[in-house]
Amino acid sequence: MNRTSQFLIISVLLGWATAASAAPGALEAVEKQPINLTAIAMFLVFVVATLGITYWAASKTKSMEDFYTAGGGITGFQNGLALAGDYMSAAALLGLTSMIFFNGYDGMIYAISFFVAWPLLLFLFAERIRNLGRVTIADIAAYRLDQNRIRTLMAFGSLTVVCFYLVVQMVGAGQLIQLLFGLPYNYAVIVVGLLMAIYVTFGGMVATTWVQIIKAVLLLFGGTFLATLALAQFGFSLNTLFEQVVATHQSGSAVLLPSKLVSDPVAMISLSIGLVFGTAGLPHILMRFFTVPDAKQARKSVFVATGFIGFFFLVVAVLGMAAIVIVGKNPAFFEAGQLGGKLIGGGNMPVMHLAKALGGDLMLGFLSAIAFATILAVVAGLTMAGTSAISHDLYVMVVKKRHADVASERRVSRIASVCIGVVAVALGILFKEQNIAFLVALTFGVAASVNFPILALSMYWKGLTTRGALIGGAAGLVSSVSLVILSPAVWVKILGNTDAVFPFDYPAIISMNLAFLFAWLGSITDRSYRAKRERDDFENQFVRAQTGLGASGAVSH
Amino acid sequence: MEPNALAGIRTNPLFVALVRRRRRFVACLTAATLLPYFAFIYVAGFMPEVLAARFSAASIVTIGWPISVVLIVGAWLLTGLYIRRANGEFDELTAKILAGEQ
Repeated sequence: MNRTSQFLIISVLLGWATAASAAPGALEAVEKQPINLTAIAMFLVFVVATLGITYWAASKTKSMEDFYTAGGGITGFQNGLALAGDYMSAAALLGLTSMIFFNGYDGMIYAISFFVAWPLLLFLFAERIRNLGRVTIADIAAYRLDQNRIRTLMAFGSLTVVCFYLVVQMVGAGQLIQLLFGLPYNYAVIVVGLLMAIYVTFGGMVATTWVQIIKAVLLLFGGTFLATLALAQFGFSLNTLFEQVVATHQSGSAVLLPSKLVSDPVAMISLSIGLVFGTAGLPHILMRFFTVPDAKQARKSVFVATGFIGFFFLVVAVLGMAAIVIVGKNPAFFEAGQLGGKLIGGGNMPVMHLAKALGGDLMLGFLSAIAFATILAVVAGLTMAGTSAISHDLYVMVVKKRHADVASERRVSRIASVCIGVVAVALGILFKEQNIAFLVALTFGVAASVNFPILALSMYWKGLTTRGALIGGAAGLVSSVSLVILSPAVWVKILGNTDAVFPFDYPAIISMNLAFLFAWLGSITDRSYRAKRERDDFENQFVRAQTGLGASGAVSH
Repeated sequence: MEPNALAGIRTNPLFVALVRRRRRFVACLTAATLLPYFAFIYVAGFMPEVLAARFSAASIVTIGWPISVVLIVGAWLLTGLYIRRANGEFDELTAKILAGEQ
């Protein structure tokens, strides 16, 4: 399997990307399916329930603190579920199962790679972020550095990540709906944009959090239920399941082993660096730490999230293996009844076919509704992160220099969330026919090369100055964007050149290190009076990061 | 008021102890997460035949599968280990420091 198809798979796993199938190298158009009334009915129930929650949340959202962080009143367990809801995308459900369906053990390697970010997030980041920040991740870096310039940089870093990731999700949502619900693409994108703007504008972080919690519970429940049904087919014996997998899969016993997929360790390491440190730089994930009251609850959030995500990945492994036998042997799921040919609906469909095979149209409808609810929850979280970057960082802190009144801040936040919704719908429709796989690499590249280095250095390195952070952030941004353009995904696939200038699709192995290098260089050569003061301030920041002193208390400004 | 309180804490021996212990603990846990992960990726890339060993004589399941389950569950248990010590020892130390004990 070559790198390009490997990249497509990763993109599908992460964010849905295009109609890219998980089958090697195949790009296929998503065909509209017959209208699926069960799925639409179940999805409508979800929409009505979440709108009810939004109505309730609106009455609880009085101050701006309520709006941004649910007043810090989310418990560790709830926040853990919401974090898991943010991370377990529709792509993980569909993409990982299809990866295992086609490539067996390789899917397991990816599941582990997606998972490693979480323990590290707990050990290195969670508590300090809770102790230092209040509303956005820019608060952390701006603690001792220049407010205006650092906030502007961080806000643009966050907005870039949010926009790229939103487009990926919107395009995925449109295609998923065509495929599973049988509705036109444009309607789907508009429905998603409208709902996410309503959740955020009226319900703020309270509504967003509950949408994520409900979705996480549905996904865990649906996945576990389906896995139980699947295992029942094999008498709950993994050995029987594996024997039949080997007997069914075209690779035979090789399906239980790593294939050539991971034969390029440098590419694999670049990917895992992008995943691990990109996750630690995703603004919509990190800002969830501000919704809990203290460091103890922040810790508990990650413990809970890590447990659920790990469990979900193991469930997904069972689903993928069971699909090899149950879907792989049933000609009804292949185009023209050709076993081993193209799957009906494309390469992302094994788990959906499995649901149909085990639970009929009802189970298929249920799982389809969950997949769509999943996209809604992720885009709501992204919109929330983008909105607070605009209204809190750019408007209140930079433009108004902390002198904005609450009414105008509220108005800006509403305009911002509606605008993000409009932009997301417009870009979703614009990118409908485009190969957007590279946007996933950009999202994680920018998160790992701008947000992560500045956050990490500002919390862990006394020497960081404003100048260093700006130079490092700029180096990370420029290098990650240009390396993605020079990568196989854009240079070869989109621009049509024969050879990629940069061999890997994930830029983080170079761009993140460049960001650190330039942040270091820019800081140590900074001899200004301000730089000295910023270094001196580190001690106070360090005490607060360690003990949480001064971290609690209202966020009025 | 806050800067003075912060300055007092910085030199507090309890604070110095907290920082040192937590740093060492976090370094161990991070290594315990990353080393097995990258070792696993290395083996999967260069020596996939190692993962082909059978789980048991009667079983068709290759050793790679239980290993990946152990990696996921093990990393999760490490987060539990961290929370255990942080909620107990580290939080107690922090409470003492904030209460002004030396």
